[in-house]
Amino acid sequence: MQQSREHTLKAFDEDLDRLRALISQMGGLAEHAIGEAMRCLVQRDVEGAQRVVTDDKKLDVLEVETERRAVQLIALRAPMASDLRDVVAALKISGVVERIGDYAKNIAKRVPQLDNVGKIEPLSLLPEMARIATGMVHDVLDAFLERDAQAAVRVCERDDAVDDFYDSIFRALLTHMMENPQSIGPSAHLLFVAKNLERVGDHATNIAEMVYYAATGEHMTDRPGKSGS
Amino acid sequence: MNDTMMAMRITPAEMSSAPVSTSVAIDIRDLDFYYGKSHALKDVSMAIPAGSVTAIIGPSGCGKSTLLRTINRIYEIYPDQYAAGSIAIEGRNVLDRRYPLSELRRRVGMVFQKPTPFPSSIRANVAFALSYYERFSKSELSDRIEDALRQAALWDEVKDKLNQSALGLSGGQQQRLCIARTLAVRPEIILLDEPTSALDPISTAKLEELIHELRKRFTIVIVTHNMQQAARVSQRTAFFHLGELVEFGKTSDIFTNPREQRTKDYITGRFG
Repeated sequence: MQQSREHTLKAFDEDLDRLRALISQMGGLAEHAIGEAMRCLVQRDVEGAQRVVTDDKKLDVLEVETERRAVQLIALRAPMASDLRDVVAALKISGVVERIGDYAKNIAKRVPQLDNVGKIEPLSLLPEMARIATGMVHDVLDAFLERDAQAAVRVCERDDAVDDFYDSIFRALLTHMMENPQSIGPSAHLLFVAKNLERVGDHATNIAEMVYYAATGEHMTDRPGKSGS
Repeated sequence: MNDTMMAMRITPAEMSSAPVSTSVAIDIRDLDFYYGKSHALKDVSMAIPAGSVTAIIGPSGCGKSTLLRTINRIYEIYPDQYAAGSIAIEGRNVLDRRYPLSELRRRVGMVFQKPTPFPSSIRANVAFALSYYERFSKSELSDRIEDALRQAALWDEVKDKLNQSALGLSGGQQQRLCIARTLAVRPEIILLDEPTSALDPISTAKLEELIHELRKRFTIVIVTHNMQQAARVSQRTAFFHLGELVEFGKTSDIFTNPREQRTKDYITGRFG
């Protein structure tokens, strides 16, 4: 939980802070990427979507940097207890955040396919679903920075809402496809978008579990709102 | 020299004489220790399990070494030092003055921070304690010496120069010789007081491997300033601070998820 004091060796704190800052930076980029991908999807902004795809490389670079720093920190500082849990969590979280970036990229790549497609009703539900999912990512990374296990639990609880959105969008798209067979292509793309957002929620939940363990040393068993996807 | 007298052979009859839970080798209860007016150990209670390595960690002056000195009653030779409470080995309180020191020494061996070989041959170093306690034929003695040196993982390095001076050995070899000297009299418990602090990393690794091997047959208590060493060699770790036992638990728990704030601060390097 609380990290009451600074290390006697100040450089150790600096290393840990730098690692946390990297995770924070990655989280900001991933969150922004999902938001942008969704904006481009709704506004059919093909150029913007291309930028989201290109920007994903930044996340890959940061993930490598996080890994490099974490390994270096373990080798040179021999972290123990909560410090060790923090470093391991940072290492794992960076991988998950990178995946979230991949989902954003995946959504953005579908934007050109949906250009010149008429109105598909379920599309109106997706931005709200995205908002909840990225909110989870935002809050769980805040929880990591604050070492706040309870905040991590609250993030998990929100995953149900994302799953509910996915279920209703799935049903709506299925109905839409049956009624408008000519829209099966674009509808299938939207189904994948919904699935991607649902996975973002799951990943936020995974991060929450890592945050919980890093903060408390205990595993978050029987966590509420467990996704059944 | 204390580390030589430490231990003597124990007969099976003696071993079975005190039926005590086989899992606890040293049962420390309400232990207080004083250097004159200075209260060095405060109400310490801990059950040190048999057949495993227990590491004692803590900042300088926390009472780590005092605890070892109390377990084998070395303090007794100094005036003004006294202990209260009990330390039971096989159900008998070794702090009781009626408990014969010679029996305690043969059950509890000790190895110190700096190697303390005698200025005599390698063979004589190991034979010393043996001949002190028991009479052996020449061949028995040779067997026991070889056995002890093998157990201390030193035999192969010294077998061709048993009559040479022990002082010619390297620091790491000297320390293993001290362990061989302790093992020769077949103790049950071995106390190690920072045994690698004067050794280079390779010698340290050899000694740690030796500790790992010996764990199967002995109860080992090791005091160390090196937390990584405690993490590497022990199954249980006790953290002392200002004479108090702050936390005692599985080494894996202590180093990944300590319960007490003082332990957390110490092992993560946030002390004071």
